[in-house]
Amino acid sequence: MNTASIVRLPRFSTRFVPVWRRNLLVWRKLAIASVLGNIADPLLYMLALGYGIGAMVGKVDGMSYVVFIGTGMVCQSAMFTSSFEGMYSAFSRMHVQRTWEAIINAPIALDDVVLAEWVWCATKAVMSTAAILIVIEALGFGHTWLALWVLPLGFLVGLCFGAFGLVMNSLAPGYDFFTYFFTLVLTPMLLFSGVYFPVNQMPAWLAHVASVLPLKHAIDLARPLMLDRVPDDIGVHVAVIAAYALVAYYAALMLTRRRLLK
Amino acid sequence: MNGAAIAEAALTPPRSEKSTPPILRVDRLRKRYGDQEVVRGLSFAIHRGECFALLGPNGAGKTTTLRCCLGLIDPDGGTIELVGEPVPKAAREARIRVGVVPQMDNLDPDFTVRENLLIYGGYFRLPRSDLDARIPQLLEFAGLSGKAQTSIRTLSGGMKRRLTLARALVNDPDLLILDEPTTGLDPQARHLIWDGLRQLLNQGKTILLTTHFMDEAERLSTRLAVIDHGTMIACDAPRALLARHVEPEVVEVYGEAAKTWAETRGRSLAKRLELAGETAFCYADDAAPLLADLATHAGVRYLHRPANLEDLFIKLTGRELRD
Repeated sequence: MNTASIVRLPRFSTRFVPVWRRNLLVWRKLAIASVLGNIADPLLYMLALGYGIGAMVGKVDGMSYVVFIGTGMVCQSAMFTSSFEGMYSAFSRMHVQRTWEAIINAPIALDDVVLAEWVWCATKAVMSTAAILIVIEALGFGHTWLALWVLPLGFLVGLCFGAFGLVMNSLAPGYDFFTYFFTLVLTPMLLFSGVYFPVNQMPAWLAHVASVLPLKHAIDLARPLMLDRVPDDIGVHVAVIAAYALVAYYAALMLTRRRLLK
Repeated sequence: MNGAAIAEAALTPPRSEKSTPPILRVDRLRKRYGDQEVVRGLSFAIHRGECFALLGPNGAGKTTTLRCCLGLIDPDGGTIELVGEPVPKAAREARIRVGVVPQMDNLDPDFTVRENLLIYGGYFRLPRSDLDARIPQLLEFAGLSGKAQTSIRTLSGGMKRRLTLARALVNDPDLLILDEPTTGLDPQARHLIWDGLRQLLNQGKTILLTTHFMDEAERLSTRLAVIDHGTMIACDAPRALLARHVEPEVVEVYGEAAKTWAETRGRSLAKRLELAGETAFCYADDAAPLLADLATHAGVRYLHRPANLEDLFIKLTGRELRD
């Protein structure tokens, strides 16, 4: 494979749709387990941490701790779901089952496959975001139509972390490789983006570090929306997440071409 | 046979097909990985109704050639025209009319037999109504009619291969490409695949297959090309190749005494003799003198058989191991 055919810009076509649909059809077969996980997990966290720690800390940033953590959880869940999909699930399809190989023998290019996987990661992120919205609604922690904006936000976060996941996928020799991503990316992201506690109470240098994390920008958008407020600096936040998403997607595409088209 | 004559044979269609353009034309194809050129100026053309076999040891460049033909990798030189489309430029358009059976099974394990065909048809944007009409025929062809709702995970290796073959036919392709279609199958399953392929040839389908099974190439192919180290070293109908390159009769002599016999008697009696381990391969136009002599040597075991493609293959590519 020569360099030019690895680095050339993505070629988009609607041929990616049947590949995306294939993933949806597989998901539908396992939907109950998947939705259960999507709902049960955040529910347990919100109940345990929200009430457990909430009893000690009282109000955080002007809201009860369970609401604070619930709004953070929306973004966390989108991040985890799309990262998992881009790593473990995509790796199964690409490497273990050789599904991608079968697909690119049909009139579908590898670019279409990567695009389909990317959009699918984001789709799953929206699903898990929706599940948490339902939990928050059901627990009666406030009701606002503005909160529905976290669904497209979940999609954007899904594109960002899905692309990160696909970068890892394109480099992975095996499933174990993904552990690095948890240690080096997801855990710091989780702890320093303001999911569990406000970023502004950390030392200034740490807050600066946090300000470049995409999840922090997602939370800065999600939290006001869930509390029925229009967020500040929407453009900046969206632009930061989108920039991460696009750069990572392009990197994933190039690396995947390098891996498979040889 | 010199290079020009091989190229001539590789590009010349069987007599009846001369008027129609080839389904696949590969011209001076080159592909390099790092310092190693794995395909070195390969040229051939496949015409409608043919079964063309690419035969070669591991690492000869067979799979690389197929991947170039499908437009999955860009060649470093040469041109490819697949079902009338230039590849890799219009590879997607070309693949609409091509079916592929890959070397390793890659059926979708999350779906049933029928769903696999349905989903794969979706990649070709085939309308659902067409697929609903076509899938029962494909299942019938694959001998899987009763298995439509079965999960892939419970199928045997042979069934999976047959389903993979059926999947490659979902778009009613003009050319069917098979990469080592029966590797890893038991004899019964192989024969079923061959029956299927012969049926397709009888219906006028065109097939390109790679294999390192001589019997497979001999049974199926109308023309075969032997490639090694990325170049074509022979190309013709199987019988014609045998007639040109290999003596018609072979006597294999085994056992500890084989070597001594070969040196003292065999060499003078056989037209050509090769020693491999404790076996002497004696090639002759007429094996009678060899057999008569062997009959007087008690304790030497031997087998008399007609020459086959394996003899041709070994003669052309040598006996050393390839990996």
